[in-house]
Amino acid sequence: MFEQLKTATPLETVNVTLDGVAITLPKGMTLAAALLVHGAYPLRTSPVQGPDGPKQRAPYCMMGVCFECLVEIDGKPNQQSCLAQVRDGMVVNRQDGAPDIKGDRT
Amino acid sequence: MIDLIIIGAGPAGMTAALTAQECGLKVVVLDEQLRPGGQIYRNVLDTSKDTILGPDYFDGRTLAQRFLASGVDYRPGAQVWRIDDDGVCFTGPDGASILRARHVLLAVGAMERPVPTRGWTLPGVMTAGAAQIMLKASGVVAPNAVFIGSGPLLFLIVAQYLRAGVAVKAVLETTPRGNYASALRHAGGALRGWRYVRKGMGMLSEIRRAGVRIEKIDSYTLAGRDHLETVDYVVAGQARQIGCDTALIHQGVIPAVQASLSSGCAHDWNAAQVAWLPKADASGRTDKDWLRVAGDCRGIAGALSAQLSGELAALAIAQDQNRVTADEIAARTKRVRAKLNTDNAVRPFLDQLYLPRPDLLAPTNDDVTICRCELVTRGQIRQAVSEGCPGPNQMKAFTRSGMGPCQGRMCGPVVTQTMAAMTGLSPAAVGHYRIRSPFRPVTLHEMAQCAEAPDQKAT
Repeated sequence: MFEQLKTATPLETVNVTLDGVAITLPKGMTLAAALLVHGAYPLRTSPVQGPDGPKQRAPYCMMGVCFECLVEIDGKPNQQSCLAQVRDGMVVNRQDGAPDIKGDRT
Repeated sequence: MIDLIIIGAGPAGMTAALTAQECGLKVVVLDEQLRPGGQIYRNVLDTSKDTILGPDYFDGRTLAQRFLASGVDYRPGAQVWRIDDDGVCFTGPDGASILRARHVLLAVGAMERPVPTRGWTLPGVMTAGAAQIMLKASGVVAPNAVFIGSGPLLFLIVAQYLRAGVAVKAVLETTPRGNYASALRHAGGALRGWRYVRKGMGMLSEIRRAGVRIEKIDSYTLAGRDHLETVDYVVAGQARQIGCDTALIHQGVIPAVQASLSSGCAHDWNAAQVAWLPKADASGRTDKDWLRVAGDCRGIAGALSAQLSGELAALAIAQDQNRVTADEIAARTKRVRAKLNTDNAVRPFLDQLYLPRPDLLAPTNDDVTICRCELVTRGQIRQAVSEGCPGPNQMKAFTRSGMGPCQGRMCGPVVTQTMAAMTGLSPAAVGHYRIRSPFRPVTLHEMAQCAEAPDQKAT
């Protein structure tokens, strides 16, 4: 489990919508780190099915290489949350499996 | 007209930008992060964690400050997805565009070596470098994590966690015992680089003083259903298990070559670093005149060497653009090269000491996932090889390995080494995936924005 280092000054937060639910996340960090601190992971299921179904996935490299931390940000799918900064009013959706041709996920 | 586009604002890119500007070149720096520093000096202008991260980290602060104060055209948050002799395409905060310059310098740094084992795709398994990035950039830590692997960075992060007062559950070291003896062949280099060796020894004793035992293990697997639950490992022939929700794994770093591979410049397999390196001269000239390389993306050498190699590359570009004469920069080039040689002296010793176990480079169990994006196992790679798949590029068609969103960044080196192990060929003979642009997933809209970009119409 992930947590923020204790600091002398109280940390600011921002309001974010995650999967349709209003939450607050710590300000000034990458979206991936903020979601990990919030406990909002796994972040997605794999679009490809393994022999025993889709696989749960979470951030792995935090430096833009592995593409495991993909989420939908403000309507744009497959964004690397480790390269995005948390912003007030951000609308984030976790991605479940592969989208159909209209972009919907089951 | 831009004289030089530098990709990456880490130690190499920032130093190259300052040097090139000094020589009168018009420079643009594109960096995917929002603040300068690269990964090694990530978030370096923030002073709040200096006691945790240590003096080698905030050494980079002066450089970042000089870089920001220099007036160089610095564009943060720019993700480059195409580099060719007719321009560099990137997507930034204001959309996609294309830039042209006489030279492009890649200073894109390193990535963590992918370490495929059972369970490495489970949530809760991350790289040790990821933990350090979270600490530096976001002040986020994972208490009671198990650290597994080998190499100086692993021990550095453990030491930084301990300084931050974060509990470390266990450190499991995979360095093969034989490495200690074989590394002694490079003892001369270790003596010349004694400062680095002393720093490493200091870190190890700092970890032991904190009461954390470093267990030397023979092998490990990561297990859990939808999340990491246990690390199972073998120590002195005995099977053991630790329950944990986070494992931070590390087997060193390798050059990030996606950009250089996509440009089509020649690469060599480097057996000492167990990685592909772009073929380049001491000043970073590749076999394509317009393309140059500096820093860890041309071979792992660390932050100080990266600055020196950035300086050399910028001097060479200034010379090749007739801004300075060879005579004017001769003394400086010689001085920088000498510093680079001294700083690099320890490298062969470290490369040999922390050479990963062969089965961590090329897994031996068929059920290990090699391509994380497309869920391709070692067994499927073996099947394809037995059916006559001749190389990594064809492996894409046989199995879809390398065809997911990471575009082979994670599985590329593993597929090469696994096919080499299966066929008895050298990794150099096996080769690498053919990497093509766009080397990041982009939309047709972003491509169209580049086609309409005003500075393309102007030419």
